[in-house]
Amino acid sequence: MDLIASILTITLRAGTSLVYATVGETFTERSGILNLGLEGMMLMAAVSSFATVYYTGSLALALLVGAAVGAALAAVHAFLTTTMRANQVVSGLSITLFGTGFASFLGQRLGPESNSHRLVGLTADRFSPIAVPGLGDIPFLRAFFNQDLLTYGMYLLIPLAWFYLYRTRSGLWLRAVGEDPQTADAMGINVFRTKYLYTMLGGAFVGLGGAHLSLAYTPGWSENITGGRGWIVIALVIFSTWNPARAIWGALLFGGINAVQFRLQAAGTTIPAGILNMLPYVATIVVLVLITWWEALSKRVGAPASLGNAYMREEK
Amino acid sequence: MKKTLFAVMIVLLALAVALPVAAQKAAPFKVAFIYIGPPGDLGWTYEHDRARKAVAADLGDKVKLDFIENVPEGPDAERIIRQYAQDGYNMIFATSFGYMDPMFNVAKEFPKVYFEHCSGYKTAPNMATYFGWIEEPRYLSGIIAGKMSKANKIGYVAAFPIPEVVRGINWFTLGVRSVNPKATVNVVWTNTWYDPVKEREAAVALLDSGVDIIAQHQDTTEPQKAAKERGKLSIGYDSDMGKIVGDTVLTSPVWNWSVYYKQTIQAAMAGTWKSHGYWEGMKAGVVQLGTISPKVPKDVAGLVDAASKKILAGTLNVFAGPIKDQSGAVKVPAGTTISVDDRAGMDWFVEGVVGKVK
Repeated sequence: MDLIASILTITLRAGTSLVYATVGETFTERSGILNLGLEGMMLMAAVSSFATVYYTGSLALALLVGAAVGAALAAVHAFLTTTMRANQVVSGLSITLFGTGFASFLGQRLGPESNSHRLVGLTADRFSPIAVPGLGDIPFLRAFFNQDLLTYGMYLLIPLAWFYLYRTRSGLWLRAVGEDPQTADAMGINVFRTKYLYTMLGGAFVGLGGAHLSLAYTPGWSENITGGRGWIVIALVIFSTWNPARAIWGALLFGGINAVQFRLQAAGTTIPAGILNMLPYVATIVVLVLITWWEALSKRVGAPASLGNAYMREEK
Repeated sequence: MKKTLFAVMIVLLALAVALPVAAQKAAPFKVAFIYIGPPGDLGWTYEHDRARKAVAADLGDKVKLDFIENVPEGPDAERIIRQYAQDGYNMIFATSFGYMDPMFNVAKEFPKVYFEHCSGYKTAPNMATYFGWIEEPRYLSGIIAGKMSKANKIGYVAAFPIPEVVRGINWFTLGVRSVNPKATVNVVWTNTWYDPVKEREAAVALLDSGVDIIAQHQDTTEPQKAAKERGKLSIGYDSDMGKIVGDTVLTSPVWNWSVYYKQTIQAAMAGTWKSHGYWEGMKAGVVQLGTISPKVPKDVAGLVDAASKKILAGTLNVFAGPIKDQSGAVKVPAGTTISVDDRAGMDWFVEGVVGKVK
C-alpha cells in the first residue's frame, strides 16, 4: 500500500505539467490549429517564470509570467497560421526551435553576474507539496492530497475544461470552428477570433505546464529542462482523443510507467533496464495505434476535421 | 543606381579579401571544443568549459578557443567536426565517447589538423585519445559514503551501461566496502546523460526504496537536489556540486581538465605534438576529490585524506586485487592488478552492487 501510494504521488507530480500542456493543446487543436511549438513554449515559460520568482520572490507573478509567455508565443503562431495562413507544421516547428534556443540564451543572460552560469544552479521560492488537513494522512488517498498547488489546480482544470468544451455554448462554438469553419462562419461565429483566442488560451496552459517544471517539480532552471516532454504532449492529445477528461490518463500512464520502472530497478528486478526505460514510449505508441484502429473501426474520428488547415473566407 | 550598387559591391569584395589577410598577421592557434551538453549543466560539459576558459586565460591571445554545445553523437557530430577542420581550426577536441568514430573519419581527411577525443580508444597519427582515472577519487568518495550510510544502502543514479559508468560504480562500491562490508550500492539506469526530470525520478525511486545516500553518474545536479529535499545526503560527480547544492553533498569526484588541455595545446603549438593515449589519475592532477562537506566527521575526513595521500604516493593502488564479482567469484586475484584493457571494456559489477549491467 505504501509502495502504491508513493508511486501514485510521484505519478501525479510528474503528470501535472503534462496535463496542463495536454489540456492547452487540446483547446488549440479543437479550434483547428495544430501547434507543434509546445517544446519551445514550455522551455520559454519555464525559464521566464523561474527568473520572475528569482527576482521578485512572487510565485503568483511567476505563474502569470509563465502563462503570458506561453500565450505570447502562441499568439505568434496564431498570427502566422490564421492571418498569414502559413503552414501550421512549419510555424510550430520554428517556434520550438526559437523557444529552445532563446530559453537557453535567457538562462545564460539573466541571473546575477556573480553566478558563472547565471540562472542555472540558483534556488528560489517554489511550490512545495502541501498536505490537505485530514485527507493528507489517510492511506492511499494521501497520494492525492500531498501535492503542490498546481497539482490541486489540475484536479479542477480537468472537469472544468471538459465541462466547458462539451456543456457550454462557447465550447460548442469552439468545436464547430475546429470541425467545419465554413459552417461555423455561416452561423455567425467569428472564426478568426475563435482561433486566436483558443490558440492563446492553449498557449497559456502550456506555459503553466512549463512553469510547473521550474517552479515545483524540478525547481530551478536547467537547460532543456523539458527533455522532450513537449513532444510527448502532442502524442498525449491524440491519445486522449481531443477530450480533456481523458488527458489525465495519458499523463498518468506516461508519468506512472516511469515512476514504476525506476522503482522496479531500485528493488533489483531482473528485467533489463533498457526495456524498462523504453516502456513509457512503447506504451504511448501502442495506445496511439489502438486509438487509430478503434477510430477506423467505429468511424468515430476524434480529430477535429479541419485540424491543420488554414481557413480562407474567400473560398466559400 | 546600378553603378552605386556596383561600387558598393566592389568595396565589400575588396574588404572581404583584405580583412582576413590583415587578420592573419597575428593568427592565433585556433582550437574548437565539441560539447555533448550545455556548459551550464554544472557537470560534465561545465568542467570541460571551465578548463577551456582557464587555458584561454593562461595563453592569452596566442590562442582562440571556441566551442559548440549540444552536439548529438552521430552523423551531426561528423558534419560539425569536418566544418571546423575546413574552417582552418588547428586543433579539435571532442568531449564525448560517441564522437569517436565521427572524429576518426574526419581525421583521415585532414592530416594537418590535430584531433583529440575524450574517453575513447581509437587513435591515428593525428588523433589522440585522453581520459582520466576518475575511479581513484570515486573510491575515496565511496569511503565517505560507506562510513556515513546508516541504512547501509546507497543509491546510484547511472546514465548508460557502458564501461566508463560501470567502472565508476565499481570503484565507488569498492571504496564503500573497504570501510563498510555490509553496505550495498543499488543502481538505477536512466538511459540518458542529461534529463533533469528523469534523473530526479530515478533518485526519488531509490530514496523510496530506503537508501540514505545518493551517488550518481549523470550530467546535472538534479539527483543531489532530490536527495537534499528529502533530507538525505549525496555524493556529487563531475564538478564540485556541494558549491551549487549545499553541504548535503558530502563530496564529489571531479575532473580538472585544464592540466591536460594546457600541455597538449602547447605541444601542438610548439610542433612537438605526437599521437598518444593519455590516461592519468590523481597524481597528474587531471582528477581529484572535490571539497569535503562540513557534515563529514573529522575522523572520516582523516581516513579519506590518508587514502588520498597513499594514492598520490603510489602505495595504494585501487586497481589491485582481490576484486570479486557480484556472485562472489574472484575476478582479480590478490597480488595482481586489473589490466587497462580489462578496465576499458569492463562489463561486470563488483561484489556489493545491486543491479544489472545488461
